[in-house]
This record gives sequence, structure tokens and C-alpha cells, in this order.
Amino acid sequence: MSGRKTSILLRILVFLAAAVTFGMLLFLVGYILVKGVPYLSPSLFSFEYNSDNVSMFPAVVNTVIMTLLSLLIAIPLGISTAIYLNEYAKRGNKLVGIIGVTAETLAGIPSIVYGLFGLLFFVTWLGWGYSILAGSATLAIMILPLIMRTAEEALKSVPDSFREASFGLGAGKFRTVSKIVLPAAVPGILAGVILSVGRIVGETAALIYTAGTIAALPGNLMSSGRTLSVHMYLLSSEGFHTNEAYATAVVLLLIVFGINTLSGGIAKRISKT
Amino acid sequence: MSNNLNREKMKTTNLDVHYGDFQALKNINIALPQNEITAFIGPSGCGKSTFLKTLNRMNDLVEGCRITGEVLLDGENIYKGMDINLLRKRVGMVFQKPNPFPMSIYDNIAYGPRTHGVSSKLKLDEIVEEALRSAAIWEEAKDRLKKSALSLSGGQQQRICIARALAVKPEILLMDEPTSALDPISTAKIEDLVLELKKDYTIIMVTHNMQQAARVSDNTAFFLLGEIVEYGDTETLFSIPKDKRTEDYITGRFG
Repeated sequence: MSGRKTSILLRILVFLAAAVTFGMLLFLVGYILVKGVPYLSPSLFSFEYNSDNVSMFPAVVNTVIMTLLSLLIAIPLGISTAIYLNEYAKRGNKLVGIIGVTAETLAGIPSIVYGLFGLLFFVTWLGWGYSILAGSATLAIMILPLIMRTAEEALKSVPDSFREASFGLGAGKFRTVSKIVLPAAVPGILAGVILSVGRIVGETAALIYTAGTIAALPGNLMSSGRTLSVHMYLLSSEGFHTNEAYATAVVLLLIVFGINTLSGGIAKRISKT
Repeated sequence: MSNNLNREKMKTTNLDVHYGDFQALKNINIALPQNEITAFIGPSGCGKSTFLKTLNRMNDLVEGCRITGEVLLDGENIYKGMDINLLRKRVGMVFQKPNPFPMSIYDNIAYGPRTHGVSSKLKLDEIVEEALRSAAIWEEAKDRLKKSALSLSGGQQQRICIARALAVKPEILLMDEPTSALDPISTAKIEDLVLELKKDYTIIMVTHNMQQAARVSDNTAFFLLGEIVEYGDTETLFSIPKDKRTEDYITGRFG
């Protein structure tokens, strides 16, 4: 009898926990939509920013460019490192341990510290100034451990029987990794990329230090530019355009939601074939 | 030793295999005749799978594995100067659990030939069909070549794996307990297939199923604790074993 009671109690508790979690998300999204959607005026998407229309259009463009650029730097580097660690390095190799600890530590560093590093290294020492390039490079370093770690996990989860079968047919290491192991690991790797995109799009602190806050379309990679999150931060902290900040948040949510759906679809398609 | 007149396809002399401090195989001397089926039997951990894997150097993948002695393929030492990928092309392998790649049936079979430089679609189509026919799975697979190989049953998957191994046109087929994960009907199909395949291939098969060894093989080697206790003609070995330990094992007194 008491076992039955505990079981019912537990069921109620886990249901409540799930309800609270879901409710919180629903409330958050709903609140932002209610506050932001009424202010989504066409002028918010004007081609040029000025202090009257506080257009977010340049920021959207900057966000896209910086996301792509950081991924372009971090993905090849991260995946290659993961391939080295999991496929080529001997087990028990000291270097593997060191890289593992390094990645773990890097992943735990607050983003503002990356920002400071970016400011000192890319902006000042390399002389790139506040620029899209310096911002992207900083972000790339920030997401590198995340991409590397998830890629490594994904590679680890590919069964050894696939590798054996490939070697057994006379395929070399490179062919086995590129044709069998990597494709099988793509869904897992993509999950890491999605998380990284989330971090890039949501980043402010590291970017204010490295990419600056100019609200204009970038002329080239060396020009300064603010992303949507930075734009939103500035709008709300200035205090004159709180409503437009909410409207920006709506767009930001939509972008993140869109990216997640898109990558989920890609992962499904790749793992199917 | 068997007094077979057939040519020796593979041969080992004084072969020792160590995993770290553990000696897995002790002084293995055996000759494997061409176009015959040789079965390795013995209790778990006796070294029969380890031995199979030294024949196409799959043991190279195992860290801490040390091999001394000679393994000859057509008189050539496979551990001295032979290209390992070409060796594995000549000595194909079918594994214990069916392990098709997570891709279409067609791509599974074509993977090997593509690896070895075949790129013409026409030629590949031909190889795929031939391999699937040889592995007795063509009728079941021909209408779903573009479907994932993982959608097939376990027994069908194993025949796909056999077809995949045949597609690179090996001379020898190593089979590591190829039916241990399969139901009796699929097992019977694979056994029929193996008997069919020996016309064109030399087959070396590890099995823990003695009836299977008795049913399909021409020669049988009995392994115990890393040594070959007895090797000879299957019928003789099962009816009048020379060694007491072989007799104990085949009559089910241990193992």
C-alpha cells in the first residue's frame, strides 16, 4: 500500500517538475512575444540605422556574417582535433590527456575573459582593431572546445565494428575515417554546431570588447559591427528604446528557432542516407 | 596433419602472439589448403579468433599485440613488406556480428571496389550484382538496392556482409563465428552458402558450434589454451580423435 502511495507521489512530483520547466519556457517566450511583437515596425528593418529608427537590419547582417565566419574557423579546427584525438593518437598518449584537460578548462572560462583576451591579442597586439574579424576569431576560440568535445563524443559513439569492416576490406585509415566514421558521426557533430550557434548568437560581452558597437553594415571584415544581442543590450541599457529591444528579442528568438529546426532537418537527412 | 594433396594457400611456422604479457598463441604451425573449408574449434578464449585475425593482420589494430614467427600467403610472408591494404583485399573477412555500414545496400557492396579504384558505374553495377548473387541475397535485395542495409534482418545483413567481402574478389575468406548471432534458418542458409563458395575461395572459419564444423568443414583444427591440440581431416578428427583432450571436447566433457 505504501509502495503504491510513494509511486503516486513520485508521479505527481515528476509531472510538476516537467510542468514547471515547460511553463517557464512558455512564459518566457510568451512574455517576449507580447512585449515585442507590437513594436515590430517596418522602420526597425530599415537599411540604415539612425537613432530614430534604431534599425536592427545591420545587426542581423552582422550576426549572420559573424556566425558563419566563426563556424568557418572553429568547425574544421575542432573536428580535425577530435579526429586526431579519437582516431590517430595512441590511447594513453600524454598529449591526448593534456588536450582533453585544456578543452575542459577552456569550455569553463567565462566569455568576458575571452573578450579580454581578444581585445589584447587580436584587437591590440595584431592590430586588427574593433572588427568583425577580431570578433569572429574570439568567438571561434570560445566555441572551439565545445565543437571539439561534441565531435569527439560523436566519433567515439561510432561502433568499432564499422572501422573493422572497413579495414577488413583493405581500406586505409584516411578512407575509413572520411567515408565511414565521419559520416556516421555527423548527427552528433551537428548537435555541437547547433549549441555553438546558440552561444555565438547570444554572445555580448566578448563582442563588445572585440567587434565594437558600430550599428552599420560592415564595409569589410576589418570594420566594426554589432550583432543582434549586442544591439539589444545597447538598446535596453540606453533606456530610450526598451520596446524596440523587446522587438529585437523576438527576432533573435525566431533566428535561433529557425537555425535549430534547419540543422535538425539537415541531421535527419544526413543520417537517413 | 592432413595428407591433403591440395596446394597450401596459407601457412604459419612457429607463430607466437602476445597481448602485453599474455601469450595468446603458442607455436602455431599449420597449413591451410586451397579451395577447402578449414574450421577452428575450441572453447572461448582458446585463441582461435586471435589466430584468424593474424591471417589478415587485423591484430595490428590491437595495441600491445606482438607477433613472432611466419605467416605465409602463397609463400610470401605477410608480415614482411606486404602492403597491408592489398593483403586485406586478398584475405577478406566476415565478422561475428553482422556489421553493414549505415548506408544503402548498393553502397555497402560497392565500398570495397571503390576503395580499390573502381569508379565506373557500369562496372560497379556488375560487381554488386555478382557479389549479391554469390552471397545468395540477390533475389531478396535486388529491388531495394538503394535502401539502407540496416533495414534488413540479421541473417540478410550477414549475407550482405559476405557479399561485401566477396566484392573485392578475395582469394581467402576468413569467417569469425559468422552464424553465432543468427537464428537456425539463417544459419542453415549461410552454411549452404559457404559450401557453395568453397569452389572459388579458400575458407577459414572459426566456430564454437561443433556440429557446424562437422557439417561444413573439410579440415578441423582444435585449439586449447593458445595451442593447436589436433589438426586434420574433419571426419577423422570427429570420429577417431588422436588426442584425449580433443575427444573430451568433442564429446562434450568440457568447453
